[in-house]
Amino acid sequence: MSGKPRLTYLNGRGRMEPVRWLLAAHSRLVFSTDGVLMFQQVPLVEIDGMKMVQTRAILSYIAGKYNLYGKDLKERALIDMYVEGITDLMEMILMFPFSPPEAKEKNLDSINDRAINRYFPVFEKVLKQHGQDFLVGNKFSWADVQLIEAILAVEEKIPAVLSGFPQLQAFKIRMSNMPTIKKFLQPGSRRKPPPDERYIETVLKIFKK
Amino acid sequence: MSGKPKLHYFNGRGRMESIRWLLAAAGVEVCLYGSLLFQQVPMVEIDGMKMVQSRAIGNYIAMKYNLYGKDLKERALIDMYVEAVIDLNELLMTHILQPADKKEQHFATIVDKATNRYFPVYEKVLKDHGQDFLVGNQFSRADVQLLETLLMAEECKPDILAKFPLLQSFKARISNIPTIKKFLQPGSQRKPPLQEKDLPKVMKIFH
Repeated sequence: MSGKPRLTYLNGRGRMEPVRWLLAAHSRLVFSTDGVLMFQQVPLVEIDGMKMVQTRAILSYIAGKYNLYGKDLKERALIDMYVEGITDLMEMILMFPFSPPEAKEKNLDSINDRAINRYFPVFEKVLKQHGQDFLVGNKFSWADVQLIEAILAVEEKIPAVLSGFPQLQAFKIRMSNMPTIKKFLQPGSRRKPPPDERYIETVLKIFKK
Repeated sequence: MSGKPKLHYFNGRGRMESIRWLLAAAGVEVCLYGSLLFQQVPMVEIDGMKMVQSRAIGNYIAMKYNLYGKDLKERALIDMYVEAVIDLNELLMTHILQPADKKEQHFATIVDKATNRYFPVYEKVLKDHGQDFLVGNQFSRADVQLLETLLMAEECKPDILAKFPLLQSFKARISNIPTIKKFLQPGSQRKPPLQEKDLPKVMKIFH
């Protein structure tokens, strides 16, 4: 088990999913999982002798270590900006299953609105302007992984969400066909399914402190 | 005015304050620009980029001015410490937005989280290595953000550090670093806490 990053979380997507995506995107990495909540704080990733908490810190470390963080400070800045924007959108999706039934429709509308009016247009424009395959520096990076994850997560809720975004549609196909991502998207990978009733119950119980 | 980072925000702390702290700590002079121009703030014009997202901005400044550790592992530690501090900051900042009937409970939550979850971690880090700074025996962004939060917490409850001797000496030590000391004096870029009377104006800006 030594050498492989170890992930500690619930058996669902939550705040660990971006970490699973990023680890999967880097080909040689295999990681072991642990369904048990060991510490007060999760996500927890044991990697390179450290016990890391805080999702962003974990993701930054992985991106830095596996060259998914751009070639210089300015590319890093762009990646950070894109990732942070996507994270804002993902936060809404993360919280959605836990909204009360009467608020669900309104929240779904909010997600749709933010996606098609605030976030997706930015990335559509970026891709259109430089005409490259990847968001930053003509090279696969953390930003691309985060965006494909977000696109798929939103589409699960709003299937036609990409209809006004041809660049993003092509991006989605391109990313989905990258060998490491393609593998991650197949059954049997570490990818977690969308939250179901049982997961929601478990989370509410655990976090109701 | 060219060359100096330009900060776009409203005239208050909010999500720009940590960035002001970081720039001050690095000894970087900024261009004063109080108005809200764009849909998204904070926005900082720096090195030919218009940067949004406070974390992205903070990351860039920390890297550029060598406040981000000497390698990936130190950076990881700094990130963890900074992220936790951001969580606590969020609690502190939202206190003033609480409706009157929730204020007391929110205050209790702040004090509980600060003294039981966050402060003990930093107290222990300092105790375990016995060094002046949180990471790598060198001044970093983690020290700046922690000091900022300690001071904000004290504004909330003056004796909140009573059980944390190492955090108290940390606070004194970091406050005495020349760039920080300057920032803590009147006339600097540092913003005062939001007052009740300013609340309507701020709410209007963000709605």
